[in-house]
Amino acid sequence: MKNLKKLLALLVTGLMLIAAAGCGDSAGSGSASKAASGSGSGGKQITMGFSQIGAESEWRTANTESIKQAAKDAGINLQFSDAQQKQENQIKAIRSFIAQGVDVIAFVPIVETGWDTVLKEAKDAKIPVIVVDRDVKLNDDSLYVAKIGTDSVAEGKKVFNWIDEYMAKQNKQPRSGNQYNVVILEGTVGSSVAIGREAGFKDAMAAAQDGSKYNILASQTGEFTRQKGQEVMESFLKSDRDKIDILFAQNDDMALGAIQAIEAAGLKPGKDITIISIDGVKGMFQAMIEGKSNCTVECNPLQGPLLMETAKKVLNGESVDKLVYVDEGIFPADVAEKTLPERKY
Amino acid sequence: MEKLKQFTSSSLFLPIVALAVLLIFNAVFVDGFLHIQLTEDGRLYGRLIDILNRSSSLVILSLGMTFVIATSGIDISVGAVVAISAAVVCTFIGGRGDGIPEHPMVLAMLAAVGAGVVCGIWNGLLVAKFKIQAVVATLILMTAGRGIAQLMTEGQIITVYYKPFSYISGTIPGNILPTTIFIAAAMVLLVVFLMKKTSIGLFVQSVGINPTASRFSGINVTLVIFLVYAFSGLCAGVSGLIESSLIRAADANNAGLNMEMDAILAVALGGTLLSGGKFYIGGSVIGAITIQTLTTTMYALGVSADQLPVVKAIAVIAICLIQSKRCQEIFDKWKARHMQPDNPEEKAVNKA
Amino acid sequence: MANVLLEMRQIDKIFPGVRALSKVDFTLRAGEIHSLMGENGAGKSTLVKVLTGVYGRDGGTILLDGKETTPRTTKEAQECGISTVYQEVNLCSNLTVAENIFIGRQPKKHGFIDWTTMNKRAAELLQRLSVRIDVTKTLDHYPVAVQQMIAIARAVDVSARILILDEPTSSLDEQETQKLFTIIRQLKKQGMGIIFISHFLDQVYELCDRITVLRNGKLIGAYDVDKLPKFELIAKMVGKSLSDVQDFEKREEKSQPSEEMFLEASHIGCTGSLVDMDVAIHKGEVIGFAGLLGSGRTETAELLFGIHEITHGAITVNGKKMHIKEPMAAMKQKIAFCPEDRKSSGIIEDLSVRENIILAMQAKDGMFRHIPYKEQVKITDDCIKLLNIKVSSREQLIRNLSGGNQQKVIIARWLATQPELLILDEPTRGIDVGTKSEIQKMAITLAKKRGMCVIFISSEMDEMVRTCTKLIVLRDRRKVAELENEDISSENVMRAIAGGEG
Repeated sequence: MKNLKKLLALLVTGLMLIAAAGCGDSAGSGSASKAASGSGSGGKQITMGFSQIGAESEWRTANTESIKQAAKDAGINLQFSDAQQKQENQIKAIRSFIAQGVDVIAFVPIVETGWDTVLKEAKDAKIPVIVVDRDVKLNDDSLYVAKIGTDSVAEGKKVFNWIDEYMAKQNKQPRSGNQYNVVILEGTVGSSVAIGREAGFKDAMAAAQDGSKYNILASQTGEFTRQKGQEVMESFLKSDRDKIDILFAQNDDMALGAIQAIEAAGLKPGKDITIISIDGVKGMFQAMIEGKSNCTVECNPLQGPLLMETAKKVLNGESVDKLVYVDEGIFPADVAEKTLPERKY
Repeated sequence: MEKLKQFTSSSLFLPIVALAVLLIFNAVFVDGFLHIQLTEDGRLYGRLIDILNRSSSLVILSLGMTFVIATSGIDISVGAVVAISAAVVCTFIGGRGDGIPEHPMVLAMLAAVGAGVVCGIWNGLLVAKFKIQAVVATLILMTAGRGIAQLMTEGQIITVYYKPFSYISGTIPGNILPTTIFIAAAMVLLVVFLMKKTSIGLFVQSVGINPTASRFSGINVTLVIFLVYAFSGLCAGVSGLIESSLIRAADANNAGLNMEMDAILAVALGGTLLSGGKFYIGGSVIGAITIQTLTTTMYALGVSADQLPVVKAIAVIAICLIQSKRCQEIFDKWKARHMQPDNPEEKAVNKA
Repeated sequence: MANVLLEMRQIDKIFPGVRALSKVDFTLRAGEIHSLMGENGAGKSTLVKVLTGVYGRDGGTILLDGKETTPRTTKEAQECGISTVYQEVNLCSNLTVAENIFIGRQPKKHGFIDWTTMNKRAAELLQRLSVRIDVTKTLDHYPVAVQQMIAIARAVDVSARILILDEPTSSLDEQETQKLFTIIRQLKKQGMGIIFISHFLDQVYELCDRITVLRNGKLIGAYDVDKLPKFELIAKMVGKSLSDVQDFEKREEKSQPSEEMFLEASHIGCTGSLVDMDVAIHKGEVIGFAGLLGSGRTETAELLFGIHEITHGAITVNGKKMHIKEPMAAMKQKIAFCPEDRKSSGIIEDLSVRENIILAMQAKDGMFRHIPYKEQVKITDDCIKLLNIKVSSREQLIRNLSGGNQQKVIIARWLATQPELLILDEPTRGIDVGTKSEIQKMAITLAKKRGMCVIFISSEMDEMVRTCTKLIVLRDRRKVAELENEDISSENVMRAIAGGEG
C-alpha cells in the first residue's frame, strides 16, 4: 500500500513537472536551507550559492547530501539550486546568486564550456567562484579561485597498482599463455573522467616493472551504463571466453552489468576473472560481499567538507591551491562487509 | 523458378537480403560467429543466441511502432516508457539485499506492463481525441517520462536481488533458450493472430492511407488511432520488463535510451513507409534483428569506441541504400536480364 | 484552312501487360477546339500524358510547328507551350491562390520572390476569367469550382499555345461552365489550340470544332463536329452498332414507391451548412436532390449519414426517432453513402479491390468479427459480377482502376452491407457514357427489385429527370420545391433553382 501511495504522489508530481515544463519556467530556485546553526566564522555569516546539476545517480545524491551537511556543520548559509541537467538553468542560478550578492559561488559544471561570460560577471562583482567535481574549460583561468574534485588519473593508477599487487599476492597464473589478459570497459567516449582513468591505468602499466606481464586484449565503450557494460562484456566473452584474466571497468555500474554476462557465460566472476572498478557505490559492495567482484577504487562524492574549508580560506584571504583533490580510498572485497554499513552512497 | 520469383518480389525480400548480407559478413570475418554450444547447465550459448536475446526488446517495441507508423503517426516516447516500466517493476519488487520481494513478482510485472499501457493511453488520448500532432504529443512523455521514472526510483539505480526476476531475461532453469526470445515470439504470435483473426490490420492500413474515406466507411478512426498508441505503450511496458531484468535493475537515466529511434529505424528498414499505409510486421521484426546484429558486429570486430558511431552510421546508410527505390529498380532490371526462364543455369539450380 | 500546330504520328505506349496506345495519330490546328472522345480506358489520358511529358513514348513522333520535339518532363512541355489542366485539381491547398498560380516560376526581384508583383498579376489573371477572389488566401478557402478556375488561370498564364483541358467542367455548375466556355472561346480567337476532354456530350457539341475518337488505345477517326451526329459518336466510342446505342439510351421504366415510409427528416439543419430541409423517403423510392453546388444537397446527405450532427430538427427511421451522430449510427439503420469526392473520401487507394469492398461491411461487424478470407472472396466476386466491374484480379489496387470502376467498387462496398437507403452523391461524375447509364439503371433496379430507397444527387439535370421518382430542389441551403411524377422536368427544376414559382 505504501508503494501505491508513493506512486500516486509521483504521478501528481509528474503532472506538475509537465505543467512546469509547459510554462517554460524552470529556473530552479530550489530549497534554500536556512538552517544555519551556530556562529560559524564568528561575526558575519557566510552565504554560499551552490548550483548542482541535478539528481542523476546515487553518487550524485551522496554528493549533494555531503555538501548540504557540510554547510550546516560549518555554519554556512547555503543557497541550493538544482539545474535539472540544463546549463541554461545553471547560468540563471549563478546570475541570481550574483544579484543576491552571496559571498561565494560554487557549482558543478554540467558541461565543460560556455562559462566565460557568467563567470566574468561574478568576477566583476568580486564574488569568488569554486568549481566542484567536474572540469571547466575557460580562456581565463583566473575566473575561478579553486577546483575541488576527484583525480581520475590517480584513480586509474590506483587500479593498476592494486591489480599488480593482488595478482602477485594471490599467485594467480594466466589462464592461457604467459601474460595476464586485460579487458577494459571504457566510459562515455570523450568524457574527461574516461580519458583520465584510462590514461592513469596505462601510465601505471607502462611505468611498472612487470608491466609486460599484462596485455590489453580488448577495450570498448560501455557508456558508463549497466546495459552496455553487460552487452559489451558478452561480446568480449564470445571472442575470448578462456583468455580473459582481468576486467577493468571504468565505473561500478558497467562492472555490475559485466558480472551478469560473466555468469551467463558459465564463469565465476571474481574468481575466473578478476574484476576491479571505480566509484564505490553500494551495489558494488554488495557484489563484493557475494564474492563476485574483487575491488573498487573510491571516487569520493563527499566533497562537502573540503568545499566549505576551501571557501572559508578564500574568504579569509588565505591562499589555496588551484586544484584540490578529495581523499579517495581503495576497498578490496575482504573489507566490503565491514565497510558497507558505513557507506553513505 | 516461380517460387523464387515470388520471393524476390515479396515485401520481405530486401529486409532479408540486408540481414543475410550482414550475417554472411559476420560468418566470414568473426571467428566462431555461427558457433553455438550447450553449456554444462543446459543452455545454448553463442553469438547468434546473444543477437536474438538482445534484439527481443527492440523487436517488441517495433511491433507497436509498426502499427503507429502505419496510421501515419509516430511514437517517440517508447524509450521513456521503457524506463517507466523498468522503474515500476523494480520499485515493486524492491531492492532488498536479502533477495526477498516486497510484492509478488507477478503483481510487479502486471503493474509495469500496466504502467506502459497507461502511458500508451495517455498518448492515444492526446493524438486521437485531442488531435495533437503525434510527434508533439509523444514528445511530452518522451521528456517527462524519464523524470517520472527518476522520481519513482528517487534518482537511484534500484538493483533487484530477487532471483526469479532474472528469469525474465535469462534462462529459466531447464530451458535451453533465454526467456526473452519466448516473450518476443509470443508478442509476434499475438500480433500475427490479431492480423489473421481480426480486422485491425485492415482498419489500421485504411486509416493510415485515407482517414476521411475510412470514416465515411464507418470505421471509428479515433478508436483505431487510440488503440494503436495504447498497444505501443503495452509493447514498451513489456520491453521495459526485459530491459530491467537484463541488468536486474532500474536505471531511469539509461533504460531504453534512444530505443525509440532504433524502433523507428527497424520499422523503416522493414519496408513500412513513414508516411503510413501499408505495413509489414515481418519486415519490422527482421529490421530490429538487423540493427542488433549490426551492434554485435561492431563489438565483435573490435571497432574502437571513438569510431563506433561513424562505422555504424555507414552500415546503416548501406542497408538503407540496399533497400532504396532506386536500388530496387536496378535490381529489377538485373533480374529481368538474368532471370529469364530459358537460362539453363538457373533451371539447374532450381531443380537441385 | 488553319495551320497545323501539332501533329502526333503513330504513337505507341506500352504499359506492363497492356498496350495503352497503338499507332495513334492526332492533329491539332491553331485556333481550334478539338475534343478527344472515348470511354474510360480508351487512351485519352495516356495520349495527353505522352504529349505533356508525363510518360515517355514507345514509338511514333511528335511534331510541334513541323519540328520534332520530345518533351521529357512537364516542365519541358510547358516551355514548348503545352499547358494542362487535369481532371483532379492538382494544386496545393495550403498555399495561397497566387502562390499556386505562380508555383515554380515566381516573379523575382534581386533573387527574392516579388510578392507584390506576384499577387497583382494573379489578381489580374483571375479577373480576366471573371473570378474575383482574394489571391492571398490559401486555396482551401475556396470551393472546388473556384479551384478549377485557378488551375486554368495557372495553365493559361504560361504563354501557352496548346491548352489541354481534361474534364474541366466535371465539378462546375451550369453558370460556371458557361463562364469557362467564354474564356475558352476567347483563347481560341487568340489562335490557341485547345484539346478538350469531357464526358458531357452536350458540352462537346456546344464548344468543339473537331472530335477525335479513341477506343481501346486505337484511333477510330477524326471528324468535324457538325458531320457527326451524337448517336453515331456514341456508337463509335462504345464500338456498337447504331441501333444498339439507341436502345442503350432508352429509359428504364421508373420504380414505383411503396406506401411504407423508411426515413423522415423534418426541418433538419446544421449551423453553417444547412438551414432547413424536409425529406420523406418511402421504400422503393428514388429521390433526387437538385440544386447548384453548395445549395445544401451534399450537406443534407452528410447529415443523414452522420458525417456531421444535426443541430436542429429530427430524423425518424422506420417510425423511430434516431440520433445519428456518427456514420456507424447511420449504418446500423441500414443507410449507405457514396460520397461526392471519390478520391478524398471514397477510395482507400493503396488497398485492393477486395479490401475496399469489404471495408464497410467489416466496419459494421466490428474489428473482432473478422470476415473469413473465403467469404471475402465470395462477396467480392459477386459484386464484381453484379456491377460488371472491370478488374484484372480482385487483388488489384483500386488506384489503378479507371474512375468509373472505382465508383462501382464504392457502390459495391455499400451494397455488401445490405442497405435499405443508398445515398449516391454525384455517382456519375467523370465517368464514361456506358458506365453512367449502367449506374442510373442500377439505381432504378435496386429500388424496383429490392425495394431499396435511393437518394440520387447529380449536377446533370438529364439523369436526374430520367432516374428519380421525386425531386427535391434546394437553393441557398434550404428546400425550395418538391417535384413529383409528371412535374419532373428540366424546365421546372431550373425555374425552382432560379427562384421562380416552381
